[in-house]
Amino acid sequence: MEAFKTFTGIVAPLDRSNVDTDAIIPKQFLKSIKRTGFGQNLFDEWRYLDHGEPGQDCSNRPLNPDFVLNQKPYQQATIFLTRSNFGCGSSREHAPWALLDFGFRVIIAESFADIFYNNCFKNGILPITLPAETIKKLLAATVKTPGSTLTINLTEQEITDSRGDVIPFDIESFRKDALLKGLDEIGMTLTYEKEIRAFENKHKKAQPWLFSPINSSASDLPCGIPEGSPIPQGKRR
Amino acid sequence: MTGKTLYDKLWDSHLVRTDENGVSLIYIDRHLIHEVTSPQAFEGLRLAGRKLWRIDANVAVPDHNIPTVNRHQGITDPISKLQIDTLSENCKHYEIREFAMDDPNQGIVHVIGPEQGLILPGMTVVCGDSHTSTHGAFGALAFGIGTSEVEHVLSTQCLLQSKSKNMLINIDGKLQPGVTAKDLILYIIGQIGTAGGTGYAIEFGGEAIEALSMEGRMTVCNMAIEAGARAGMIAVDDKTIEYVKGKPFAPKGENWEKAVKYWQTLKSDHDAVFDKVIEINASEILPMVTWGTSPEMVTDVSGNIPMNGNGIYRPALEYMGLEEGLAIQDVPLDKVFIGSCTNSRIEDLRIAANVVKGKKVAKSIILAMVVPGSGPIKRQAENEGLDKIFTEAGFEWREPGCSMCLAMNADKLEPGERCASTSNRNFEGRQGQGGRTHLVSPAMAAAAAIEGKFVNVCELFEVENGSV
Repeated sequence: MEAFKTFTGIVAPLDRSNVDTDAIIPKQFLKSIKRTGFGQNLFDEWRYLDHGEPGQDCSNRPLNPDFVLNQKPYQQATIFLTRSNFGCGSSREHAPWALLDFGFRVIIAESFADIFYNNCFKNGILPITLPAETIKKLLAATVKTPGSTLTINLTEQEITDSRGDVIPFDIESFRKDALLKGLDEIGMTLTYEKEIRAFENKHKKAQPWLFSPINSSASDLPCGIPEGSPIPQGKRR
Repeated sequence: MTGKTLYDKLWDSHLVRTDENGVSLIYIDRHLIHEVTSPQAFEGLRLAGRKLWRIDANVAVPDHNIPTVNRHQGITDPISKLQIDTLSENCKHYEIREFAMDDPNQGIVHVIGPEQGLILPGMTVVCGDSHTSTHGAFGALAFGIGTSEVEHVLSTQCLLQSKSKNMLINIDGKLQPGVTAKDLILYIIGQIGTAGGTGYAIEFGGEAIEALSMEGRMTVCNMAIEAGARAGMIAVDDKTIEYVKGKPFAPKGENWEKAVKYWQTLKSDHDAVFDKVIEINASEILPMVTWGTSPEMVTDVSGNIPMNGNGIYRPALEYMGLEEGLAIQDVPLDKVFIGSCTNSRIEDLRIAANVVKGKKVAKSIILAMVVPGSGPIKRQAENEGLDKIFTEAGFEWREPGCSMCLAMNADKLEPGERCASTSNRNFEGRQGQGGRTHLVSPAMAAAAAIEGKFVNVCELFEVENGSV
């Protein structure tokens, strides 16, 4: 994961609450087995006037001129500004992948849905929560001056606007640390391998039924058909 | 010292370590895997040269993409096929148990987990799917995760978590006949909003929850995420244990006795303190219907679409093609979908069949379909003759899968089509681009198919038929 550095970027405003991950990246694009390439389909149903399909060349598709990301200064935006409960619904990490692939590194909102919020950090995106009143002011300022920028300083936990006004923000210290260093969380967790093994052994002793074999190479597996139902035709393991 | 909540107990019993920042490493007992959110995680595992931590913690099933008709012909969409084949290859490579598309017990991941006894009380359960909250119905800590976390679980059997706050939603009183678990959870979401549970683990309790079957409890916990909570849960009682007993992978013999003894402790202590308590009176709840593009945009069947006030509902009403003030019962429908991890279990199909029996789908309905949650449910329903009731009425009877809940396969709404759906999300485009979704219970969906519009299903259920 790329380490998060202080940067300045154009703010794209979406004055709307409860933007769900189905809207951020519609389901047909979830068929991809890759992590990249979702940016062109970010907000697909709002951004284009036709129906999008995976693998399509999006350069000739009809654009919805009313949608913010199709308007000139915002095509280069790297900071996304929106209302409350952003990223609600499906857990699809394709949503932050699409935002990142488009170029967004910061999302500022009144609030975020839990799973989406967590997924952002795993991908080097900084989600910033600000009070409703501050969001309202920022939205108004952005609409008044399209293409206006903000500077995000994660170390100092400060947002600075083009006039030099500073807005402080809160973030849990471990999340800040992980973003600043671009840490590999799995690698970090594996440094506690001994502790995990010790826990696992204790857990297994207390609740041995949690460790019953279910994998396909194990023998004596139940066939998985509830008692009383007829044995169906078909493959039986 | 004050007592512990159920969530506290589940958390504490899986805590490996907590660091100085208050971030904990939580051990995961069961990891459910499906085709959509796992390929990038397996790829990550391979690229990092890491091993799978514990094979037997994992179980996989393809459900999102798979066709619900002509399954013997295979999958025609090459992109879907690649994703499903990738799941099978990954499972084969890592020796993970997969209920593949041709397995008689294949079904929706959140349906087959409990059905196979792969979900047990006291477990931590995760899946790259937000509706993992379903399994909280068993007194388990179950929540949805992203693909990076899927890889984290595959590699370490643990997740980094900060503890959520505790919320209790206490539902006293009795649900009226014809009012189901689905109506209850839609009502709750209407009350607390789709972000009402954000940052919380919700425990559902009270007389109305105790009275629900395990199927009903799964429906309630399934939609905890629609109230913003990653995890919803319900204390273990005799019904929980009765449901688990005899399931293929449930503990047997001495282990069973020992497990039951432990499971009986999985409830909040009397003196447990919750950060937030919400009281709901079950007897006031009527059958519910959503009218907008968020599950919180909901009213009872005798209600009207609310007046727009300061214009906040305008985008939703425009998308839905509806006017403020319109009576819910005057909304004309095009399609009906009975299925999804929320409402595709045998009890749901029985209730729907009970409404449909001897009647015909309205001429104005283009398509009414029933998609059972799993192979065993489909067979059980067929043994009971439910499939005949549905097909004779004009419903289509399909193979199990997620189907038109999210329309990743061929089952979808066309632009402008309006659907009564037993699924969990009425987001824009969820059931197909431009499609319009009204979330309802299976009883309501069945009645809507017959009448071509929403009706007060309570009137169809006699008072003595209280089991419905």
